[in-house]
Amino acid sequence: MLSATVRVAGDLDLAEECAQEAYVRALQAWARDGVPERPGAWLTTAARNQALDRLRREVTLRRKLPLLVEPATVDPPDPAELDRLDDAVPDDRLRLVFTCCHPALAPEARVALTLRLVCGVPTPDVARAFLVAEPTMAARITRAKKKISAARIPYRVPSRAELPERLDSVLTAVHLLYSTGHTAGEGDALVREDLCDRALHLARTLAALLPEQAETRGLLGLLLLTDARRATRTDEQGRLILLADQDRTRWDQRAVLEGLTVTAGALASGPPGRFTLQAAIAGVHAIAPSLQRTDWPRVVHLYDRLLMVCDTPVVALNRAAAVAFADGPAAALPLLDELATDPRLADYPYLPATRADLLRRLGDTAGAAQSYRRAIELTANAAERAFLERRLAEVDRAAGADPMPG
Amino acid sequence: MAKYAILIYEDPAFYTDASPEAWSAVLDAHNAFAKQVFELGGSIEGGAALAPTTTATTLKGGGTVTDGPFVETKEALGGFYIVEARDLDHAVEIATQCPAPGGGVEVRPVVDPTTNPF
Repeated sequence: MLSATVRVAGDLDLAEECAQEAYVRALQAWARDGVPERPGAWLTTAARNQALDRLRREVTLRRKLPLLVEPATVDPPDPAELDRLDDAVPDDRLRLVFTCCHPALAPEARVALTLRLVCGVPTPDVARAFLVAEPTMAARITRAKKKISAARIPYRVPSRAELPERLDSVLTAVHLLYSTGHTAGEGDALVREDLCDRALHLARTLAALLPEQAETRGLLGLLLLTDARRATRTDEQGRLILLADQDRTRWDQRAVLEGLTVTAGALASGPPGRFTLQAAIAGVHAIAPSLQRTDWPRVVHLYDRLLMVCDTPVVALNRAAAVAFADGPAAALPLLDELATDPRLADYPYLPATRADLLRRLGDTAGAAQSYRRAIELTANAAERAFLERRLAEVDRAAGADPMPG
Repeated sequence: MAKYAILIYEDPAFYTDASPEAWSAVLDAHNAFAKQVFELGGSIEGGAALAPTTTATTLKGGGTVTDGPFVETKEALGGFYIVEARDLDHAVEIATQCPAPGGGVEVRPVVDPTTNPF
């Protein structure tokens, strides 16, 4: 409804106001006449008419004002054009997503705007998801909206030639949205289900509207396969359960099956991009009967290919963790030593957490304890911290049980 | 259509070190750009090349007059175009063609005093 109104209003704030006004009118009209057959269409039409009225008033006002400079003319849209737009609602939503994720906007503003305008998440919740104060987030969203109107960022799905760059930004925003929900950056709960559901819905829309772009299906596959494990990632007390200890029989088999199908389709349509490769890795885990009986050489191979298209230290760290399963923990330690020199990972809690796990498996309880302590210092999520503290207590007990050396 | 400024920021050293051939190549590129803007459906409303930052005089608040550019950076504003374009994407499409071998360009909407909220 908002995206359809934006097309007419040409201004996000005006469109939001008109949408709110339409809700108020609906409450009055529906109380009087009963709820219409298609309430959604009723609301959209009301909001658009409201926007048209405002624009017409503005045009009349401008004509009457003795301006020194010729004012910019606002042509009211053609009614036939408006009817055609009625059929194009999904495209309208996609236009709004691409507008929110325009490369001319700051990356952190893109996800925030998508959350606020496409998913309707209230600004205080957007602020919480990004760990910033509400006024900071409100200012960030206002700045981005102003830039959209002042610089005239168009409401459109980009042309084929521009698509790779623009689509990547959109897919990244949706992936970040999911990640934000999947492991909440702070707070007591590990998962923010509302954010996960919205990200999944967006990924589904993108894959349905741009199926010829394999990465849209790659992202959908990745989110489905990750989300299939959602219910098993924490216990009844909200405590973190690692992949190794998850009850695989409780994975959502429908989501797994759909995720595998979508991913296979993406893999079949050419050289895979970063989301498709991550989906393939998630797929290997999804079909493994247990952590030990996972096709780890295949996982390492997929990480090698992922590094070729997406060379980040986080991917390299994940690869090292896979090497530890394929070739043993001792083989992965030198890889971690190398990553420890990367300043980008200096405050990344998963680096010391991975090292701690390797050392624990190698029987170096003292070294493991030291790394667990470092990881605990760095993590901001209560569920993750509680998990690391349980592991630390275990290795400390094991170290205490050892006979004193010498 | 809306007006956008295409601001050309380049390292002045690029031109002080440039050969006469490189200079004329840049001039040719600018002439070609001027034609391309119209072919792309935009238009040029104005613009100019600026003398080097060594010729700049800065006036700051309180009327202090100093030599040099307002902001000391490696890349300096060396010239600009004012173009008409449909929207930001169109302006960026035009600006992609703008020669700036010693740096890059910045696209900024020109304030329309009749509609702009600022």
